[in-house]
Formats: sequence, structure tokens, C-alpha cells
Amino acid sequence: MDFNFTPEQDTLRDQIARLVRDQNDFDTRRKVSRSEPGWRPALWSQFAELGLLGAPFSEEDGGFGGSVVESMIVMEEFGKGLVIEPYLQTVVIAGGFLRHAGSAAQKEDHLASIIGGERVFAFAYSEPKSRFDLNDVSTTARREGDGYVLNGHKAVVLAAPFASHLIVTARTSGAQRDKGGVSVFIVPKAAKGVSTRDYPTVDGLRASEVYFENVHVPASDLIGAADHGFPLVEAVVDEAIAALCAEAHGAMKVLNQTTLDYSKTRKQFGQPIGNFQVLQHRLADMFMAYEQSVSMTYMVTLKLGEPETARKMAASAAKVQIGKAGRLVSQEAVQIHGGMGMTDELNVGHFFKRLTMIESQFGNTDWHLRRFTELSNS
Amino acid sequence: MDLHYSAEDLAFRDEVRSFLETSYPDHLRSRASRDEVTKQDFLDWQKILYNRGWGAPAWPKEYGGTGWSSTQKYIFQEECARAETLGVPPFGMSMLAPVLMAFANEKQKSYYLPRILDGTDFWCQGYSEPGAGSDLASLKTRAEKDGDSWVINGQKTWTTLAHFADWIFVLCRTDPTARKPQEGISFILVNIKTPGVEVRPIITMDGGHEVNETWFTDVRVPLENIVGEENQGWTYAKYLLVHERSGIAGVARSKKAVERLKHIASIELDRGEPIIRNADFARKVAELEIDLTALEFTELRTLAREAQGKGAGPESSVLKIKGTEIQQRLTELTLEAVGVYGAPYFRGFPMEGGNQFPIGPDYAHHSAPAYANMRKTSIYGGSNEIQRNIIAKMVLGL
Repeated sequence: MDFNFTPEQDTLRDQIARLVRDQNDFDTRRKVSRSEPGWRPALWSQFAELGLLGAPFSEEDGGFGGSVVESMIVMEEFGKGLVIEPYLQTVVIAGGFLRHAGSAAQKEDHLASIIGGERVFAFAYSEPKSRFDLNDVSTTARREGDGYVLNGHKAVVLAAPFASHLIVTARTSGAQRDKGGVSVFIVPKAAKGVSTRDYPTVDGLRASEVYFENVHVPASDLIGAADHGFPLVEAVVDEAIAALCAEAHGAMKVLNQTTLDYSKTRKQFGQPIGNFQVLQHRLADMFMAYEQSVSMTYMVTLKLGEPETARKMAASAAKVQIGKAGRLVSQEAVQIHGGMGMTDELNVGHFFKRLTMIESQFGNTDWHLRRFTELSNS
Repeated sequence: MDLHYSAEDLAFRDEVRSFLETSYPDHLRSRASRDEVTKQDFLDWQKILYNRGWGAPAWPKEYGGTGWSSTQKYIFQEECARAETLGVPPFGMSMLAPVLMAFANEKQKSYYLPRILDGTDFWCQGYSEPGAGSDLASLKTRAEKDGDSWVINGQKTWTTLAHFADWIFVLCRTDPTARKPQEGISFILVNIKTPGVEVRPIITMDGGHEVNETWFTDVRVPLENIVGEENQGWTYAKYLLVHERSGIAGVARSKKAVERLKHIASIELDRGEPIIRNADFARKVAELEIDLTALEFTELRTLAREAQGKGAGPESSVLKIKGTEIQQRLTELTLEAVGVYGAPYFRGFPMEGGNQFPIGPDYAHHSAPAYANMRKTSIYGGSNEIQRNIIAKMVLGL
């Protein structure tokens, strides 16, 4: 039993924390999110220089020999700074697909440019009617010649406005909600027939509606086996959930600290409001929610390599914890800050909005409760 | 005890319903799709109500009110919510006016009340300060006598719709030597165009502009602008807050929002089925409806007591707490129902190339900002913590 980080991991964390503090303070982040292009390619290059984009990849893949633990560290620190740049989509998700199922040629083609910061990915999986079901895929990939032709509409594709490439789920056979018949493709965003409508999201990120109209994709850009992509998608999304949990507990840590500091300095009725027992108990609840979230993030991160059912249950359990804790912490942080917590000027509302969006990203609390229940009783 | 409306009540309901159908203007019907309501929207609607003789449903007849029974007032609220009309800003109509009726002199009543009624004056509330929120009595804004004027210096905050207002009622400290902070406060009416008043916007996390900081620098207003007695303002302020709280339950509007939520949940799919058929989600909606029913009947009991002349008491804190919790829960569940399309955000972003248009279903557009915005309800009007203190102290005697 060991929950300690290695000295290398501690160094990595310190580096990221410094970078986030120096380059991504609250005002800068807010300014970037509200101006074009909505992110900083230059910061992304710095991530590459520092080796963050290669942290979780093995040395044989050209990375720095880390694992999901490295991604957890990166995401936690990014969560503390509400970092916009798409590490989750590019390194965790696209990197995950390539690690699990990429052919030698695909790894050769993409990994070095992910690690080097030249290519940015977005994950186009949800659709207007699919809600959180990864198997609910209407976008089609029709076999034609030595490749496929994609048609369909993907909804709220985070980071797509920044992306050079998309990971796309599409149906190669079966009915809309079948688990079989889902395939995964890499599609350059510049491919003929791909169009996007870009927009901001409430939490200061950017997303796109992505439309595929007779987009020709060579068979060499299929990741994994045709028709059998669904288990792969589930595995990668569980890794994304683990990373998202780390981001969320990073965000909660800042909110808790900010709220605690405020309760010690804000005076009403002649004393700091933190003197009032009713607020002390609520701050204690926020602290517990955070600690339980850290525990569950570690749990899911360490269980990502377990057999499918155990891994899925771990991911759903962690996502439920994060969803509930994120709601509690974000709502209480606003409430305890009073009117100030409602303002755009303070970081509290920005963390509130990010945690609100995280709750529904890759399935909300109810969705994961149901998945956990079904797996646990099957 | 009787739950049924009388034949007269039903006839009244039909009268209100047909009035709203024919007289509520189209340009206000489409407002739901806009980010913000304009001052003109409020004025237009007030004028229509005024012309119909319904400008002040809750006022007594002698001041130009309707003289309606509490059942009729209740029916009117229900019908307005059902028709999704614009709300009437409470600051003049339901906060200041009762104070004026109870404590102002005849000259003030005859000047200010008709102007509230016909929409001439738009009011806002100068209560909270940066250092005086929950602890309102610690307010520091000073009013000093100088000749025939009050000279006001200080800062108010969270002044809702001050950017629309013609007037602001301001709690000022007029006797800094008073024994207790509640003593030495006066209630003063200030024309917001007076030199030295400056209104600065506060943008909230949902991106909206509802609240402001309002600064007073050597603002001179006539001595006669004080309401009631000098240094007795706290009594009037509390009287107003009790009125503010009873209006805050928002039962009728919440009932409409439940309907809307159920409509959305009948369209949004979960595993290919409308999400209202998901037992987990349906249960949450049902719990909310039941909470709302409990609130509705609690409010009806309060109204009935008031109708017997017993007046709104500290029990109005129950309405405030439960009403705002339900309003917040409604926005939570609405955001949950809309799924991934809660994320797109369109307010005020300069998008290049005109690439700016709604994404996803219309009902999803404002769901996340509305959820964020409604967090204010447990903070304003006396935070819900303060309301629980009031119940503990004033009702339970703890």
C-alpha cells in the first residue's frame, strides 16, 4: 500500500503548479477565454517543452515513461487554475486511443506530434439525441473502396475549435443504440466535408457542433477493429473520467481554500463569519467532500487497469462522488461568499461553472449511479 | 376550511385570463429568447396593467389599488405566471409602497404612490453595503444635515436595476453616536439623477447585468425626503423586509417552471426514451412538485392569516427559504434535463465571422446561466442563514 508520489512526480507537479501560477492567473485565463482564439497555442508549446504532453506515454511510444498517475497530477494542477488548453482531449483521450489500439503507423504518425505539441485533438462522440450514451451513435461510416465515408452531426465537441484532428465515433453497422457496430476514426479537421460551428461554453471553454458530409476517410485511419470500437471507447472514456476527477478535485481544493480564507476575514456582526458554527459545519462538510473526492480519484486512477467490470464500477463510483461533491462545494462556496460569490469578478463563480459542467461531462451523477447499480447487480 | 373557488372567483379568473390573452403584448412574449429585459419592457407592461385599473393588485383601493381579496390576488398571480408575463419589479410596488403607506406623511404618499402606480418612477433599493450584508444594521452610509438638505456619502451595493431607476430609497446612518447599530438609521428617498450619485455595473457569473454598486458623494437631497421619523429607519427597513420575504416565495412562477421542466423532460431523450420516464429523474421532479405543494399551502395559510388582519410575521422566513430552495432546484433539474446542450453559451461574446447562433434546442439556451443566476436567491433578501436565525429567535424563542 503506497499513496506516495515519486520524486519525479513531485517535480512534475511543482513545475506545472509554477507554470499555472505564472502564466494562467485568474485574470489572464478570463481574458484568454473571452478573446479569440479562446486558448493559447504558445502556452501549449510550453507544455510540450516541459514534457507535459508526453508525461503519460511509455518511452517506446516516445514519451517520458509515466502513466495515468502523471495525467492525474497534470489534471489536478490544471483544475486549480481552470486551464483551458485541451490536455484531456489531446493527451488523455486521443493519446489513450492510440496507446490502446493505435497501429504502429498511427502511433508513428500522431504520437510524436502530440507529444511535441504540433497536433491538438478533440473527441467527437456525443450527438444531439445521444445524451451520455456512448453507444448511441447515428453518425454513419459507410464502407467505400479502401476506406469509409462519414456522415453525421456531433454535438458540443469540446476543444474542437482548437483542434487539428478529431477522434470520431461512427456506426459501421447495426442500429442507432447497438453496442456492436461502433467504429473509431481519426479525421483531420481540414478533411473535405468536415464543417464546424464554434462557440464558447458557460465554463469559459470552446466547443463546436461538427458536421460530416460525405467525408472520405482511408481505412488506415480506423483505430482498432471495425464494428468493435465500443469497448475501446468505454475504456478511454473511463480514463478521461479519472482525469476529469483529478481536475475537479483540484478545482474544489481552490474553492475550499478561498472560502475558508474568506470566512476568516469577512466580518459581520463584529466577528469573522467563520466564527459561526453553522458555517463551520458547512466548511467541514466541504472539506470532507474534497477529501472523499481525492480518495476516489486515486481509487479510479489505480483501478484503470483492472478487468472491465471493476474498471467501469470504479469510474462510475468516482464520477458520482465528484458530481455530488462538486455540486456541494461549488454551491456552498458561492453561498458563503454571499453576493461576492455571484460576481464575475471573483474566481469563485468561474470554478462554480466549471464544476457544474464537469458534473455532466462523460455522464452525470444519475447516469453513473445507474451504470454502477447495473454492474453491481449483474 | 374550503379549497374550492367560489363562482365569483372563477368568473374573476376567467376575466384575468382573457385580459392576459388579449392584452399582453407580443413583443414581451418573445422576451424569453432574449438575454435581458429592458426598462421599456417593464414600463410597457406596467402601463397596460395601469390602464386596466390593475396597476397595483396588492394595494388598498384608497391608493389606487384593486382592493382585491387575497384569493383574487392569488388568482391574479397564478394567471400571470400561467401566461408567463413579465414580473413587476418589487422595489417600488411591493417594497417601498407599503412603507410609505404605513409611515410616510400625506404629502409624500400623494406624490410618490401615484408615480409608482403609473410607472412614472422606477425605484431601486439602497440597503446592502460592502461591509453590511447579512449584518445590515452595521451600514455606514452617512446622511448629515446641512441647512435644508441631507448630505449623503457612502456606498451601496447589489442595487438591483439601479441602472433603470429614477429613485433609490437609502438606509443612512444619521446618528453615529447611537447606542446600538439599529438606532440612528434613517430612511431617505434620493432621486438617482442627483449630482454625486454614481451607478456602476456589477456583472454576475452568468454574464448578466442586474446589480450595481451605487456611490454617493456629497449628494444633497431636501430634508423632507426622509420617510417617517429621523433615526427610526430600522423599524421601516424591517417592515419592508418582511414584505419582501412574503413576495419571495414565487409559488405561481415555480408551478409554471415545473410544467416547463416536465415539457422539456418529455422531449429530451435518455437511452432513447423521454427522460421523464427515467425513474430516477421522475422521482426528483415528483419530490420537487411535492415540496412546492407544501410551500403553496403554507403560503395560502399565511395569506389567510393576513386576510384576517394578523399581518405577515417572521413566518414569512419559511416562505423565503423554501421558495428560493425550490427555485434553485428547478433550475438544477432543468439543466440536468437538457444534457449536453446546457454547455453552449452565447451572451456577449464577440465571435468572428458572424459565427454566432443558437445551438441545440431553444429551451436549453439559458439553462446553465439560469442555474448560476438563481444561486443569488438564497443570498438576497436576507440570506437563508439569516432567515433560519429569524425563525430560531423570533418563532422558536431560542
